[in-house]
Amino acid sequence: MTTQLLTYIFVGATFALYIGIALWSRARSTNDFYVAGKDVHPVANGMATAADWMSAASFLSMAGLIAFLGKDGSVYLMGWTGGYVLLALLLAPYLRKFGKFTVPDFIGERYYSKTARKLAVVCLIFISFTYIAGQMRGVGIVFSRFLEVDINTGVIVGMAIVFFYAVLGGMKGITYTQVAQYCVLIFAYLVPAIFISILMTGEVIPQIGFGSTLVDSEVYLLDKLDQVTKDLGFIAYTENVKSNIDIFCITAALMFGTAGLPHVIVRFFTVPSVGAARQSAGYALIFIALLYTTAPAVSAFARMNLIDSIQDQPYSTSPSWFKNWEEIGLIAWMDKNQDGKIQYSSGDALENVKPSYQELRGSNGQRLLENEPNLSNENEIYIDRDIIVLANPEIAQLPGWVIALVAAGGLAAALSTAAGLLLVISSSVSHDLLKKTYMPQITEKQELKYARIAAAVAIGIAGIFGIYPPAFVAQVVAFAFGLAAATFFPALFLGIFYKRLNKEGAITGMLGGLLFTAFYIIYFKFINPDINNSDFWFLGISPEGIGCIGMILNFTLALSISIFTKPPPKEVFDMVDEIRQP
Amino acid sequence: MKDKTQQYWKANLKIVFSLLVIWFIASFGFGIIFSDTLDQIRLGGFKLGFWFAQQGSIYIFVIIIFLYVWLMKRLDKKLSKEEK
Repeated sequence: MTTQLLTYIFVGATFALYIGIALWSRARSTNDFYVAGKDVHPVANGMATAADWMSAASFLSMAGLIAFLGKDGSVYLMGWTGGYVLLALLLAPYLRKFGKFTVPDFIGERYYSKTARKLAVVCLIFISFTYIAGQMRGVGIVFSRFLEVDINTGVIVGMAIVFFYAVLGGMKGITYTQVAQYCVLIFAYLVPAIFISILMTGEVIPQIGFGSTLVDSEVYLLDKLDQVTKDLGFIAYTENVKSNIDIFCITAALMFGTAGLPHVIVRFFTVPSVGAARQSAGYALIFIALLYTTAPAVSAFARMNLIDSIQDQPYSTSPSWFKNWEEIGLIAWMDKNQDGKIQYSSGDALENVKPSYQELRGSNGQRLLENEPNLSNENEIYIDRDIIVLANPEIAQLPGWVIALVAAGGLAAALSTAAGLLLVISSSVSHDLLKKTYMPQITEKQELKYARIAAAVAIGIAGIFGIYPPAFVAQVVAFAFGLAAATFFPALFLGIFYKRLNKEGAITGMLGGLLFTAFYIIYFKFINPDINNSDFWFLGISPEGIGCIGMILNFTLALSISIFTKPPPKEVFDMVDEIRQP
Repeated sequence: MKDKTQQYWKANLKIVFSLLVIWFIASFGFGIIFSDTLDQIRLGGFKLGFWFAQQGSIYIFVIIIFLYVWLMKRLDKKLSKEEK
């Protein structure tokens, strides 16, 4: 059987499974739709949280990013797991005890203010849509590369599937499909990692292979990699390029951002008790750690394999994956020294970085480029980092079914996250904006109807993002985490741990954090991208890490304004006392 | 009664604070600030600082959460016993 046929079978089978689960778990009440009836088992919720959390970015992009960043890539590993410690210890149990439906719900009630609630809804919608755009791009890449259908068709198929189980099943449908999607995605991630680990180091467990010697050699994989990267003009793989303060701030922004992401927090509203919420966070992190400790091993294997398989190879005999990805437009080669061979080294190969292709072919059969060569270095290839995980099984020459499995896993990761995000968007619209603010007279049945309509509309918008991907997707990811760290985390944390915080403080803090972080990122990413480097950054902190400073600003504003304005009413003190009890 | 809940909250804060200290040392400490120094020590094929940054910190995070679950369960039990 061909790889493509296998891919159709795997993807088709997993889609059928998701639809089957959706039919089995329809939502009948708003309680079902928003929080899955609050009776999800902690282990199941842990898996669902892991699938919800691990997006196309974790599954497809992260290992690739780390492969090229080396030790600097650690910020993603620590940042996206360490946030769960904060979530488990500081937020999840208390928010579960609060026992309502959404994150803006907590902010609205705790700060006794509709303004605070609306501000929270705005932040939530912005953060969630930023995130969804990335998922849809992931769906598009998988479809166009492995099923050879048009990206738009791929996005529409993906939307239809999500529509089916999100609109029908709400949180209940999403939860149980996410459990299935976790199983698919982790299996799809581990199988090729194990294969490659055995091929390269003889160790079955990638986490151990990562620190072992190469097959038939006395040299450790990482030492060899350090040597090879240095020889090609890069900084050694296991050394940092970024400054320590920047690494510190990016890691912090990602951690606090993770803890403040509404679609993750809301998962802890679905378990039966406070104790279950704590346990569930632990299970979630185990399930996440399984992928996150494998990823850096995959990165190291991939970087090594990549260099081995293309360096100084004539283009005409280069491996087929190289040409396949070139056809999709995610790899480009410009023969700067006219020797017909591929040379890879540090620096951007092309002016303007991203390739734009001509219709013509070069003398070796390669796609010619409109770009001018970047003559300051000898690097001849452009490789999009998003392809590493998908290309890895091909680069290591694994059997076709492994490649098909990875495609199904990538789709599971993208769809599960998209569904979780769509749900928090729709519930914040139907519950917080309509029921709690503008249309308090609606019945539960009507609210459920509005929730379904809001989910359908949100899917439509997400689809448009997928079909017309905004060019800035990758750049705004920093936004989602930075804003979550600078707005939600302080408001939630102080809401639980500091009773005296009043609405004036909370609102000023959130607004201050939001404006500062947004302005800093917009300034360096869009208004003045030419000076986006450490000489101009505030304290040497990049836009990716600025959420950390935004958060400190939020805390400072919230605390100081609170002291000078009148304390919150007695009901709020009682409510906080209440959520502090298990 | 009021006293009991206050004691419970204080004990809770103590647990959370001590665990967060471990969290900070494992990630920001070993993985970032002292990472280069720790790199002098080797753990098989890994430099120790690199290992903490890409593997060790994550394992410690998992342990911290389960430690928290266990400590809080014990604390909750103590509270409900005293209430009787």
